Amino acid sequence: MAHPIAEELAKKQRAISIAEFFEKNRQILGFDSAPRSLLTAVKEGVDNSLDACEEAGILPDIMVSIENAGGENLGLIIEDNGPGIVKEQIPKTFAKLLYGSRFHAIKQSRGQQGIGISAAVLYSQLTTGRPTRIISKIDRDKPANYYELIINTSTNDPEILDEKEVDWDRTRGTRVELEMKASYVKGRRQSVLEYLKSTAIVNTHARFTLVEPDGNTIVFERAVDTIPEPAQEILPHPEGIELGTLIKMLRYTDRQKLAPFLRYSFSRIGLHTAEEICKAAHLDTESDPHNLQLEDAKKLIDVFKKVKVSAPPTDCLSPITESLIYKGLEKEYSVDFIATISRAASVHSGHPFLVEAGVAYGGSLGKEDRVNILRFANRVPLLYQQGGCAITHAIENIRWKNYSLNQPGGSIPAGPAVFMVHVASTHIPFTSESKDAVADVPEIMAEVELALKDVGRKLKTFLSKQQHLSKRREKEEIIKKILPRIAEKVSQVLDKPTPDITPIVAKVMGNLLVQRSVSKNGDGYQVEIDIRNYGDATFAIKLHDTHQYSVRDAQPEPKIISMGRDTDHTWKLNLKAGDKETIKYHLPFVSEEEANALPGMIVEGVDEGLVNGAKAVRGYVDE
Amino acid sequence: MVPKPYGGMWMSNQTQQRDKMAKEALLGIIERFYDQFEHQKVPNIVMPTRTKSNIEYNNDSEVWVYGDSTSTRSAKTVKGANQILKMSYVVELLIKEHLENNRGSTLRELYYISENWDIAKFNEQPESDRMIEDLEIISALQREYFHMRPEEDGATLFGSLKLKETTKRGERIIHCRDDVGEGGYQIPFNVENVEFLDHDAKFIIAIETGGMHARLIENGFDEEFNAIQVHLKGQPARSTRRMLKRLNEELNIPVVVFTDGDPWSYRIFASVAYGAIKSAHMSEFMATPAAKFIGVQPSDIVDYDLSTDKLTEQDIKALRSELTDPRFDSDYWKTQIQLQLDIGKKAEQQAFAGKGLDFVTQRYLPERLTEMGII
Repeated sequence: MAHPIAEELAKKQRAISIAEFFEKNRQILGFDSAPRSLLTAVKEGVDNSLDACEEAGILPDIMVSIENAGGENLGLIIEDNGPGIVKEQIPKTFAKLLYGSRFHAIKQSRGQQGIGISAAVLYSQLTTGRPTRIISKIDRDKPANYYELIINTSTNDPEILDEKEVDWDRTRGTRVELEMKASYVKGRRQSVLEYLKSTAIVNTHARFTLVEPDGNTIVFERAVDTIPEPAQEILPHPEGIELGTLIKMLRYTDRQKLAPFLRYSFSRIGLHTAEEICKAAHLDTESDPHNLQLEDAKKLIDVFKKVKVSAPPTDCLSPITESLIYKGLEKEYSVDFIATISRAASVHSGHPFLVEAGVAYGGSLGKEDRVNILRFANRVPLLYQQGGCAITHAIENIRWKNYSLNQPGGSIPAGPAVFMVHVASTHIPFTSESKDAVADVPEIMAEVELALKDVGRKLKTFLSKQQHLSKRREKEEIIKKILPRIAEKVSQVLDKPTPDITPIVAKVMGNLLVQRSVSKNGDGYQVEIDIRNYGDATFAIKLHDTHQYSVRDAQPEPKIISMGRDTDHTWKLNLKAGDKETIKYHLPFVSEEEANALPGMIVEGVDEGLVNGAKAVRGYVDE
Repeated sequence: MVPKPYGGMWMSNQTQQRDKMAKEALLGIIERFYDQFEHQKVPNIVMPTRTKSNIEYNNDSEVWVYGDSTSTRSAKTVKGANQILKMSYVVELLIKEHLENNRGSTLRELYYISENWDIAKFNEQPESDRMIEDLEIISALQREYFHMRPEEDGATLFGSLKLKETTKRGERIIHCRDDVGEGGYQIPFNVENVEFLDHDAKFIIAIETGGMHARLIENGFDEEFNAIQVHLKGQPARSTRRMLKRLNEELNIPVVVFTDGDPWSYRIFASVAYGAIKSAHMSEFMATPAAKFIGVQPSDIVDYDLSTDKLTEQDIKALRSELTDPRFDSDYWKTQIQLQLDIGKKAEQQAFAGKGLDFVTQRYLPERLTEMGII
């Protein structure tokens, strides 16, 4: 009996489906241009390797090698030291589109982006007709498995062209070799080199080696040898569930009754809430979830939005952490300053998320250029559509002048800086299927802004400290080198004695100036001590004038302490910025010689270097 | 005037007085710094701001001078402190080497002399050049008073003018046609050393190019029309401009400027007549507001059908910027510049040679001079 015509048609339809699906969605899948195709293939391979190593608790050592393969084709090799893939899984992992379990898991994972390595395999075979070669080894003592694979485009099943056991001098790991129409570009953000550099920043535990087509080898060394905590899987939260997913969950659940289904399939739904939901949706708590209709599912979704359910747990997220972002930026950039922040988790429409940010400043970064923005979603660098991304918009919303950065045209600030922003979530809301930019979700944008403002404040503090230091250095140059030379030169020209520059030094430095002058008065000498505050802070000091003479008619009265032969005259003074105080006293029966040879004064309560005209001692002065 | 030997050299009374004046002015600057030290003030000096925005037209003197905006250089900053230190060193050099020993040096030499000044040395010559300009502004004296010499030779003058020049080797009385060769009389760097004795000139013609200057001498233009010819040598040196101003104001002889017919040459005329932005502080000494532009005018290109070149992009840009330059803000210039932009052509002075070697002296200049009411 002949096959029904409909079945034949269906077969044909399927026969074109996978290749056609690919052709129609090249842009979404990331294979729309020669440079981008290479980048996407590298991304898929590297993401797989990182995920596999992390799950197996192995420090990743990943090699990406690109070589010219004649014409417009490139050969791409990605090799890791991961756990390897068991023999039976190899064909499906590489040569079946949409194979794998991670689509169903609710957790923060790299794999949310991209369709998987099989897309690269398909692209390779469509553009060059060549199979993909895989070697994988799972144990030191076992031989490696070698496969040559293509995808059967009519059935979306792996086709094995060759398969054998081979010797491979690695302990374990996986090596993928593809040939594809692609091009290797340099000197821009969307390049393999920049992608690996960015990836190295957020995966400080991994070592990456890039071999460029000209044979040049670049190593991105790891900075730590601890593997990040793997992200926890969680149940979906009702607030973020979509109708399609709910229908699938209803159909495949093992539960026989609606209330337990709700309770054990979602996070934050307890016994009471499950009943409340059923009641609000006019559904029996006992009904079989498998029998629910589309209308019922819709009702449930509506109720999910109305019923109060507490926010989802956030401990399932795996932040990079402040210290690792610091190390990542430190190893990839030579800069003067780095600040990082890892913010507490929050929630956007039922999905937990958290934002981390870092700023690297100065060093070899270009002073005039716009700030370099590194965007990451679940530890994966976002290289395209910077202008359409919530991260960029958040940066543009901030007034960077308040953080000591120029912001020409009020958009992306300029200066020798790199901004790094990481959004981690069980569900990253992208602007489009190509997953290049984070959508402007208000909760996420607010968190990104807060994170950036935090590192911005730290940067500002650093910069103002720098400025203060350089001002101080500049002033020291003036008073130590230049001013004495001016004084010397002008007195030389005029043939006059060199003037005393002490008061001017005090002025330039913003210091406290103490000056004592004596003048003949009756039976002895009148002494005047001027104390002037040229600084911008208040000075609370004790002034000690210690000598062997007795003092008369002092104004104000000093505290007098006898110190053997000498007497210490102490005045407690409080001078605000710009204040001047004058102390006067009379020294009877003192000769001119003696009056001019009074010993130096001491100021107590001030650091050395902040006083001119007297010696400074720190001491203690109560206000 | 009684000649007096001085410092082994011969100096006139007038020269001695000028040196004394310069020395006092320079000492005044240093004394001010010294007083500031004595009065516990951070040394500083107030100067007019030397930017384009602070240049304004002075209706009385009809030249461009610095406006009222001032800036203070204070030893509170490293930059200001260094400037004051360097100024002290330069002033010492000018007083002790130049004025007291009757010596002089060029701007380039000053830059090299400063190499021995340790932290007071100049990093590049424009810095030391600016310092001399600063001192001119502060002292209100020209650099020639400090015996600062220009690098290049002064331009030359040719015509029926008798003058007395005070040189280091004594006074010289020179007739600028009969006592000189075809090269003419060399204008000294310090024009103040010249005293005019006699002349029979009706006007002075300042000429941009050497070729045209020589053409006029060969054709006997100066004798035929009682003219004093001054060769500008491109953008004129300070001494040339000062000479033109003195001739114009002291002898009351009109000045006409004869250049190529392109935007750059109009700027040569403007700097003779109104002063240059860079030396606006000296405009009152050096600009000759009564100077008139004789040509080559854009309308001459049309009227005399001169050989031309096409305007380059830079030419057009320069012409456009002159349309907004206040120095060219007159109906005459606006019409001429607009005409030139319309025809898109420029012409050199030498273009007249295409009409015969005598054309410029027999036809063009006499016609223009008559038109301008000078002969």
